[in-house]
Amino acid sequence: MRASLRSASVLLTSALLLAACSSGSDDSGSGTAAASSCKPSSGPVTLTYTSWIPDLEEVVKVWNAKNPNIQVKVQTGPNGNSGTYQNFFNQLKAGNAPDLGHIEYDALPSFRVQDGLADLGGCDIVAKAKDQFVDWTWNQVTFGEEGKVFGVPQDAGPMAMFYRADLFSKAGIAPPTTWDEYAAAAEKVKAAGGYITNFSQSDINQFAGLAWQAGGRWFANDSNQWTVSMTDPNTKKVADYWQNLIDKKLVSTVPPWTPEWDNAYNTDKSWTWVSAVWGANSIATGAPKTAGKWKVAPMPQWAAGEKKAGNWGGSSTAVFKTSKHPYEAAQFALWLNTSEEALTLLNEKANLYPATKAGAALPALKKGVKFYGDQPIYDVFAQASTEVAPDFTWGPTMTSTYANASDGFKAAVSGKGTLVDALTAAQASTIQTLKSQAIPVKE
Amino acid sequence: MSAPAIKVRESILSRTAAMIIMGVCTVYFLVPIWWLFVGSSKSREQITGTNPIWFADFNLGANVRELLEYRDGVFLRWMFNSLLYTGGAALLGTLLAAMCGYAIAKYRFPGRETLFNVVLGGVLVPASALALPLFLLFSKVEGTNTFWSVFLPSVVNPFGVYLARIYATASVPEELLEAARLDGSGEVRSFFTVSVRLMFPALVTIFLFQFVAVWNNFLLPLVMLSDERLFPVTLGLYSWNSQVTGIPELRGLVIVGALLSITPLVVAFLFLQRYWRSGIGAGAVK
Repeated sequence: MRASLRSASVLLTSALLLAACSSGSDDSGSGTAAASSCKPSSGPVTLTYTSWIPDLEEVVKVWNAKNPNIQVKVQTGPNGNSGTYQNFFNQLKAGNAPDLGHIEYDALPSFRVQDGLADLGGCDIVAKAKDQFVDWTWNQVTFGEEGKVFGVPQDAGPMAMFYRADLFSKAGIAPPTTWDEYAAAAEKVKAAGGYITNFSQSDINQFAGLAWQAGGRWFANDSNQWTVSMTDPNTKKVADYWQNLIDKKLVSTVPPWTPEWDNAYNTDKSWTWVSAVWGANSIATGAPKTAGKWKVAPMPQWAAGEKKAGNWGGSSTAVFKTSKHPYEAAQFALWLNTSEEALTLLNEKANLYPATKAGAALPALKKGVKFYGDQPIYDVFAQASTEVAPDFTWGPTMTSTYANASDGFKAAVSGKGTLVDALTAAQASTIQTLKSQAIPVKE
Repeated sequence: MSAPAIKVRESILSRTAAMIIMGVCTVYFLVPIWWLFVGSSKSREQITGTNPIWFADFNLGANVRELLEYRDGVFLRWMFNSLLYTGGAALLGTLLAAMCGYAIAKYRFPGRETLFNVVLGGVLVPASALALPLFLLFSKVEGTNTFWSVFLPSVVNPFGVYLARIYATASVPEELLEAARLDGSGEVRSFFTVSVRLMFPALVTIFLFQFVAVWNNFLLPLVMLSDERLFPVTLGLYSWNSQVTGIPELRGLVIVGALLSITPLVVAFLFLQRYWRSGIGAGAVK
């Protein structure tokens, strides 16, 4: 918590620095003005909301029907890193950004650093909502800054282990509960003709989730600058662990999210997947032949008896600084992400797992899931959600950090270099990127 | 075609080698399309579970229906938009390019060469480099996220002007224009009734070039548009494809959508390839 508090002050300094550098002289200092001016507008307002959540219109329709004076218009685009974030930045520059935007937690700091987000800390309704959200998600949107809120948490991706219960029991292997057991099981699975899992060469945020669980903290700040530590001892431990499995050829390494990858799960080749809650749908759709054969267990632990989980994904509903109606925008964002009707619809239409504490108790998330042999799998994730450490901070240039690390990971799985090499290189280039954007960073 | 005076007998060996190379190239270029076609005919389960280059149960009809019904038929809307953006811009752009190139070729006026050189300089600027400046310009007049924000920039075609000038110089004789003038035809009328006909092969080439260029200019709509109803099909499919991580159901739709979206291009090329080839030849020689 303290670490992120410090990180926040750095973010603020760098944001001001950037604002000072950029030509728009009139917006410096308006950050504080926006915070205090979080007052309801008079008369009817129309808000625009850009998001790539599928069928969001259906959810918004419910709101629009009930709130004739606050009408929300949905706009869309490709997934954030595929273009929508860049569009947001362009629109902020041109002054025609939407009122609300869908921003994943790992992208939120980059918008904060560019001073693109409205501070909702001055909206009484937002400040009051704090206790409704799972602690770590709230930290993602406040960056630990006292009295400031830069978005409303929307969904979370607590991680657990999906595994093929049928194959494990047939081979007489107990489902692993620690990473040591997982590695031992990997040998036996290989002997039985499969792979314990597929190591993803491009889902760096999945790897971040694994490091998150192990205590790795990639970004932090002291009083006035960023520290990048993608090779801290805990992250190294995770990297060495997977490197070992790769070297021994105990994991497959096909590119993820391809038909080939689906096929590995569909044809009994891959036995487990340590993934986020939304992965439940990925397996069910990608590997339909395996219906009824999967189960979900907590993530393997680094020490027996520990209870720690990682997180992969999750996003917020942020209000852009250029919005003329931050109060109404905040009102809508809170309804969207805390009300039972909206959360139920979001889960049903878009498979989002709520970031609120109460959200875990939605009727839809209490039921047994047919694909998983009627196991109430969301109970496992609800538990995991409470075990995610709250002090993981994302850096302000994750898009390029991911790209760099992914290049190294791709090389590592084909035998050129190691995962640690990849992380070392990604760290160096991340520092370079921060410097080139005039964001203070420790060498 | 009369038989050539000297008959060169090719050796069997070189003929075979040429055939093999052509064959390999053909296969290389056709396999992705074949895969697309086969993939489109499979049900969602079979895309991953069966041989990727051979058919399983033939479900093309059902897949197409699902695609057309998804989100109230937004795919059809995208196809229509694409045709409007590309077809409309290519038609109008060809007309403007033809008029401009013709004027530069046939009329002497001060600054003619400067004008032509500036246009020629425009050929060197890639369309994608202009997307962001155009976005900022359109933002100034609050014109982003409209049909016009994609359509208007697409109409501009400096390469077409270049081609039209070259072709007009070569294929429209001064004497003919002189004769038309003597017969009392105005300049505009001469252009449409005489010159356009003579320039026709070049115009088809310009049209095709621009059609393809606009179709491929993906960045402009990506930057300009945020209303799904205005998307061209390329951007729409790209959006879906960028979401398959969260919504794996979309993958099948993207495959069928890709197949349907290339169909108009394939048809256009099959019908117009004759002009296309002669146009490229003309551009290359002159």
